[in-house]
Amino acid sequence: MKVLEINHCNKKFGDNEVLKDISLSVSEGQVVSIIGPSGSGKSTLLRCATLLETMDGGDLVYMGEYAAKADAEGKAVYGDKEALKGIKQHFGLVFQNFNLFPHYSVIRNITEPPILIGKRPKEAVYAEARELLKKMGLADKENAYPHQLSGGQQQRVSIARALAMKPKILFFDEPTSALDPELTGEILKVIKDLAAEHMTMVIVTHEMAFARDVSNHVIFMDGGVIVEEGDPMEIINRPQQERTKAFLSRFRQ
Amino acid sequence: MNFVVIMKQLFDGMSASVMIFALTLLFSMPLGLVVAFGRMSKWAPLGFLAKEDGKNGFLRLTIATFRPIQFIVKIIIAILRGTPLMLQLLVVFYGPFYLFGVQLPRSYRLIAVLLGFSINYAAYFAEIYRAGIESIPVGQYEAAFVLGYNKSQTFRKIILPQMVKRILPPVTNEVITLVKDTSLAFVLAYAEMFTVAKQIAAAKTSIMPLFVAGVFYFIFNFVVAFVMERIEKALSYYR
Ligand SMILES: Nc1ncnc2c1ncn2[C@@H]1O[C@H](COP(=O)(O)OP(=O)(O)OP(=O)(O)O)[C@@H](O)[C@H]1O
Ligand SMILES: [Mg+2]
Repeated sequence: MKVLEINHCNKKFGDNEVLKDISLSVSEGQVVSIIGPSGSGKSTLLRCATLLETMDGGDLVYMGEYAAKADAEGKAVYGDKEALKGIKQHFGLVFQNFNLFPHYSVIRNITEPPILIGKRPKEAVYAEARELLKKMGLADKENAYPHQLSGGQQQRVSIARALAMKPKILFFDEPTSALDPELTGEILKVIKDLAAEHMTMVIVTHEMAFARDVSNHVIFMDGGVIVEEGDPMEIINRPQQERTKAFLSRFRQ
Repeated sequence: MNFVVIMKQLFDGMSASVMIFALTLLFSMPLGLVVAFGRMSKWAPLGFLAKEDGKNGFLRLTIATFRPIQFIVKIIIAILRGTPLMLQLLVVFYGPFYLFGVQLPRSYRLIAVLLGFSINYAAYFAEIYRAGIESIPVGQYEAAFVLGYNKSQTFRKIILPQMVKRILPPVTNEVITLVKDTSLAFVLAYAEMFTVAKQIAAAKTSIMPLFVAGVFYFIFNFVVAFVMERIEKALSYYR
């Protein structure tokens, strides 16, 4: 079962073609890493996939449901409000800078969306949220406020918040880039644990070793196109394309 | 006029001032939010004139990006903030008669005072709200959007509470100014604290009533500042 399918995605900002004919598909349980230099369009691709940006052209499909479908000229035509609302339930997004709600306690950050948006019963949601916090090693922090937590703890809360909505697929946009090196490890471990539980994930990252170890598929992007993709070992240890080699050489000492 | 009568008149004046103050806040704070939304309106009915390839001439771009609601609200705010409140009170009170020949009943005096104050203060609150709303990081909207919050849920649950905390200091300033501004109602000869004190002072050739008025405004503002500080404290549980 394909959880996510993006076909021939095009995206321009003014005259700047940021994504050029990007196609990508993610099956259930797959972990896909996206790597590439700054400005290559990784974040824009994730933002298109999560409906934060609208694609100019192409298809965007979750679980066989079309969020956007290309018309005869290839122009992306988006579904109506109701359709998109349903499709949004399929994915979650973890931001580089967490974007927790500062006026809510940790537990409220995690429980409000499933109760308010998911219309799930309060008791069940709270029980699940406490379970998630325990898994994230934050059982004692449920009544803390985001500003009282370290960056790594805040990012774990934001991962718990996304998971509480029970998404089919979880996107991460550089989840460790705002963190000190010591705190990076704890987030990477959480993501590894999720991978072991066969959570479907798409991760934009600059951590090459992590991409190689955690994912089933690596995509290298540059200049708005997918230059090379495939098995993580192959791509990261034995890249074929010159641009990939040049990019990866900077990560090897 | 004995002492007891004077005290009673001063007391009635105080009550009137407190009432103007309270009712003005009650009306202008919500009205300000409506005005703020108008001020932030992005509705551009001629937007369809813009060419898709982005190659618009200056005139076409100007017309296509014209936002009528925002434009009108901007002008109204500019007038309300750019002219004396005292003048606005006079216009609201005498306008109906001089412009339209409408004879309004005696009770219109209070209504005119409240209308004038509420509209004027709504303009100031609107700009404070707008600054507050625009200071909320875009990431808050994006997080709410991805979690499935609709526009109204995002505003009520995520943006508004954070905005309230951020705007408390400028709102406190406005509220303190309002306490003193209530004395402007004297131009409509409405019997609030300042009007009454001035009358008695003239009748009795004594400065005492004005002194009492001064003490009243000071204590009133002391209470206001105290209450606002408590609210700020109550919201200091997060950053
Ligand atoms: N909202 C926007 N408006 C205009 N241009 C944008 C916008 N967002 C991104 N861009 C441009 O799109 C290009 C790709 O940006 P993007 O953020 O997707 O890169 P990235 O691969 O995520 O880079 P990084 O590794 O630095 O995060 C850049 O040239 C950027 O300037
Ligand atoms: Mg990025």
